[in-house]
Amino acid sequence: MRAFVKWGVAALAAMTAGLGAGAAPAAEPVKIGAFLSVTGPASFLGEPEKKTLEMYVGRLNKEGGVEGRKIELVIYDDAGAPDKAATFAKRLIQNDGVDLIIGGTTTGTSMAAIKVIEPAAVPFISLAGGIDIVEPVKKWVFKTPHTDRMAAEKVFADMKKRGITKVAMISEDAGFGKSGHDQSLKVAPLYGIEIVADEVYSPKDPDVTAQLTKIKNTPGVQAVFNFGFGQGPAIVTKNFKQIGMSVPFYQSHGVASKKYIELSGDASEGVRLPAAGLVVAEQLPATDPQKPVVTAFKKDYETAFKSEVSTFAGHAYDGLQMALAAIKRAGSTDKAKVRDEIEKTSGYVGTGGLVSMSPTDHMGLSHAAFHMVEIRKGDWLLSD
Amino acid sequence: MFAEFLQYILAGLTSGAIYALAGLGFAIIYNASHVINFAQGEFIMIGGMATSTLVAAGVPLPLAAVLAVLVTMAVGMALEKFAVEPARGAEVVTIIIITIGASIFLRGAAQIIWDKEFHSLPAFSGETPILVLGATLMPQSVWVVAVAMVIIAALWWFFNRTLFGKAMLAVSFNREAAQLMGIGVKKVLLVSFALSALLGAAGGIVMTPITFTNYEAGIMLGLKGFSAAVLGGLGNGMGAIVGGLTVGIAEALAAGYLSSAYKDAIAFVIILFVLFFMPSGLFGKKGTDRV
Repeated sequence: MRAFVKWGVAALAAMTAGLGAGAAPAAEPVKIGAFLSVTGPASFLGEPEKKTLEMYVGRLNKEGGVEGRKIELVIYDDAGAPDKAATFAKRLIQNDGVDLIIGGTTTGTSMAAIKVIEPAAVPFISLAGGIDIVEPVKKWVFKTPHTDRMAAEKVFADMKKRGITKVAMISEDAGFGKSGHDQSLKVAPLYGIEIVADEVYSPKDPDVTAQLTKIKNTPGVQAVFNFGFGQGPAIVTKNFKQIGMSVPFYQSHGVASKKYIELSGDASEGVRLPAAGLVVAEQLPATDPQKPVVTAFKKDYETAFKSEVSTFAGHAYDGLQMALAAIKRAGSTDKAKVRDEIEKTSGYVGTGGLVSMSPTDHMGLSHAAFHMVEIRKGDWLLSD
Repeated sequence: MFAEFLQYILAGLTSGAIYALAGLGFAIIYNASHVINFAQGEFIMIGGMATSTLVAAGVPLPLAAVLAVLVTMAVGMALEKFAVEPARGAEVVTIIIITIGASIFLRGAAQIIWDKEFHSLPAFSGETPILVLGATLMPQSVWVVAVAMVIIAALWWFFNRTLFGKAMLAVSFNREAAQLMGIGVKKVLLVSFALSALLGAAGGIVMTPITFTNYEAGIMLGLKGFSAAVLGGLGNGMGAIVGGLTVGIAEALAAGYLSSAYKDAIAFVIILFVLFFMPSGLFGKKGTDRV
């Protein structure tokens, strides 16, 4: 009996799938192009992004596509190299004739591709964090992730609330950490924060106790803020505990994954950091509009790939959803119409937060998109 | 004030011992063939990655470490057999380029076999810092230094007291003469790759609790290890240790007293300065070229 039911369901599914495909046989597919850093140093961002795009496009096509048209996804791997990103963007536009481009895993690859995409007038949704992508506003360019400036502002606001005014910074002197460091220095005065020590480390230094000792001996330090990602912040956290420092310790959103807690072990207890709703999906209050979206996405991702969901996968999900919603509203893939509709995105609830774009804001996220979390007993604890 | 200075020295000692361990691996292959094996960093990475995977799968640490060392030695021997040996007639430079290719291949393979995440190992003797006159040191750093010392002692014994070790030295001095004396040059090369893989893997295992490891961890270790080896004098085990500690302590002192932004530059300036006056490194033998 059970076997019969199973076969019946399968047959039914096959029939409906056939129906879906047969509904609009002549329609041209919607062509979405992507260039992502699937290999190379940023591969741990690019790979989840690629997997996410493929999973959801596959699923949508099974359900009949968008507006009765199938979606065709063209993905190129730029290996994190800006020049390759620009070449692939050109290929997507000229050879593949895509209707819209998602991608640019890193700020570097996105900025290089913008030079090609903007003059070609193709809607582009970047998945990278750098604020330069949307500031100044470029007509055809949008982005989904939070910026490092927002993370710094969130941290400084939390410090202000706790009466902290003198802060020591220790940051990675490359890429993400460097950009975060520069933005932090820019916004600190707005929150009445004085940076009294400013130390850096190389991304692969095995030990940073020298820098931390210097901070420890700086008079008046009330908190330490570390900006970086990869293994660096975990080493900083371990060394912080090793030399017996006890002031409040803040990290950036760059470490908002369980891997950081696993690598730094007990030393991560009490560390505070800004994180997207996706990281603390289960702990969000039921009234939070993001809750159903992030729990569903987390479940989809983790059942499909058997690994912890990453916020980067979420950026790709948000980019795809906003693009498809814009195509639906535009009723076609006319590039100018789709661009206008992306700009009109309003009240979209994504994994990154609530998105409301405008002609002057091509990211559309507010500070509410970040939650302050504290690490307690090896897990995140929502604390704002 | 003194505690601060001591903390900088201990910080330098931790990094320095890691650089020294990475540098040691270069010595053996260089001694046997005058080839600088740029896949040495990858041996370190494979040792660390294999151990952490096995430990995560429930294998006890000592057994996991032994298995990981064996795996790395197999990789080292395969590298010699399938990439270096077929090019045995080629120039040393050609073989060095082959090892660079091999290192890229090994990184790619590690990406596929494992993943792109960082992996770690529990510290061997806990995570309670050792207090030394107001400064602190992690017990794992002592492990790294101790393992480096054991390895240097074992290497000295091997090269000076065993027939095979002496045969390897003979090959390094004069390949053709050694061959005429009945030394199997092929076998010497194979063993040298296996041995340096063993060294790399052992180093990778003891340093993983401090530095963590991922598929591309070998790049930095190879580079810093190479600097350490050159500073100390290529092919000299003691030189690699002194070179590694010098680089590590210079970096830590620079970060502490000058500026952390320039610490890498300062370490490289020291290396350039030393090599300017002592081109064959601190412990290297003076080269004599026949004209």
